[in-house]
Amino acid sequence: MSESLSALLYLVAAVCFIMALRGLSSPDTARAGNLYGIIGMAIAILTTLASPYVVSYWLIAVGLVIGGAVGAYIARQIQMTALPQLVAAFHSLVGLAAVCVATAAFAAPEAYGIGMRGAIHPSSLIEMAIGLTIGAITFSGSVVAFAKLQGVVSGRPLVFPGQHLINLALGILLIALIVLFVMTEASSVFALLVLLSLAFGFLLIVPIGGADMPVVISMLNSYSGWAASGIGFTLSNSLLIITGALVGSSGAILSYIMCKGMNRSIINVILGGFGTEGGAAPAAAGAGDRLVKSGSAEDAAFILKNASSVIIVPGYGMAVAQAQHALREMADMLKKDGVKVSYAIHPVAGRMPGHMNVLLAEANVPYDEVFELDEINRDFASTDVAFVIGANDVTNPAAKTDPTSPIYGMPILDVERAKTVLFVKRSMASGYAGVENELFYRDNTMMLFGDAKKMCEEIVKALD
Amino acid sequence: MADPASLAQRAGELAGDAGALAHNLDTLSQQLALATQQGVHAGTPFVFELTVFVLAVFVGYYVVWRVTPALHSPLMSVTNAVSSVIIVGALIAAGPVGLSFSKLMGFVAVTLAAVNIFGGFIVTQRMLQMFQRKK
Repeated sequence: MSESLSALLYLVAAVCFIMALRGLSSPDTARAGNLYGIIGMAIAILTTLASPYVVSYWLIAVGLVIGGAVGAYIARQIQMTALPQLVAAFHSLVGLAAVCVATAAFAAPEAYGIGMRGAIHPSSLIEMAIGLTIGAITFSGSVVAFAKLQGVVSGRPLVFPGQHLINLALGILLIALIVLFVMTEASSVFALLVLLSLAFGFLLIVPIGGADMPVVISMLNSYSGWAASGIGFTLSNSLLIITGALVGSSGAILSYIMCKGMNRSIINVILGGFGTEGGAAPAAAGAGDRLVKSGSAEDAAFILKNASSVIIVPGYGMAVAQAQHALREMADMLKKDGVKVSYAIHPVAGRMPGHMNVLLAEANVPYDEVFELDEINRDFASTDVAFVIGANDVTNPAAKTDPTSPIYGMPILDVERAKTVLFVKRSMASGYAGVENELFYRDNTMMLFGDAKKMCEEIVKALD
Repeated sequence: MADPASLAQRAGELAGDAGALAHNLDTLSQQLALATQQGVHAGTPFVFELTVFVLAVFVGYYVVWRVTPALHSPLMSVTNAVSSVIIVGALIAAGPVGLSFSKLMGFVAVTLAAVNIFGGFIVTQRMLQMFQRKK
């Protein structure tokens, strides 16, 4: 296949990828979008296989079959609650693949037409070093994120004195090494660059707590894109450059949206340590002497039945308790009784962007009943019941009223404006941010203590 | 004066000079060609690639802002699948005949990227299948 023909086909693949992202603007077009993505990838792979550089196929076939089988198996088996760690694991693979490709290009540059061993073009060396570094950071960072999300290690942020200084020093050292590598083109510097980048990625994610995981995953998503772009520059392949840029900017935008959802700056998130201070101590101080109204499933069923409109506010706790199916059943019964039911999703509900929407969709909640914060926040004032299940911080009015609160300024769902607020919670414990929610003590709030799934099932029984 | 022998010698020398000159010219033109080639390789394509990159960032920016927040999870998994297009570089590394270190690296990268491609697209498909309208 001639160079220009394959370049043309790569362009077609790039357009397919853009169409894949474009399709996601609405659920109606999203499935077609995914198909575009698959077609684009098939074109890219077949074009490369037909290029004169690729003459031996057996090892490639083995890799494709093994990788494809593993990937397909995992993707079919995975629970939707475990989606964040799956995505983190996948990011790490992209990072590692980038490292492997950069290593291959370094070992056999003539295959890519970027010079000879020991005499690689300087510009290619710079691009190679950058692609390699970002790839290695993506890999080790994603592995840490995966371990935290999977619960292999504690989600608590790991902070130690001098952390930021060490990271800064490491960052400077990395840049120095890249310069040294470009000048010497030595294998030892290459290896050192890989090792230090891996350490840097590890140290970068370790101090970031579980609550900030949506940002971390988006950030790593972005990195994996930049790594692909870096490799694209090295190999002078515009398809890789374009795709990497698309993915990189997509991840960056998601990080931005997540940060805004928590009113945190990206720098603040990266520096880490959020969710360590405060904790249980201040919560215990006020809890003892203030009155909390708690109710049973029957009380809740009575209130819900007599409401004309209900807004359900699900949080990650609902997903942990696997309560989404029971919740949908409850909503179905209410709808049958003529109650208007809708769902309100906070931008950072769940452990990754849009996670809650997927979990609700999995429980067959129609997507036109699910609303984003901006769309539904005004409706709380005219709603009879706000049913908060497994969410806490995202409803805390302290974010609007208390400038000393760690979550001050975070956009929240105005559940307190509803006539009655029902809070399904296991205990009075504070949320991720370690802040107490004064909503629990309001007159129009009723606490429903118990497991989210059990509570929903009991309410369903009581509604019958 | 000019005996044929020395004339022939002069002619021979001149011919040699001309040959050397021609040889010089040849290497010079070769060097020039190489230099232009390298110049093209080091300068212009980089600017061209940077142009492509920057434009693609803008395309990504505007396309992604139009993605509905409800589909941010599928967006993430599909971008993840798509970024495995890095397999293109891996295939070239794994393509030559005979075994070598770079071929092995290429094989590993092909396998990793394949996990991602199949896994990413299938899990996206699974998610999108769940999003249904009110019946």
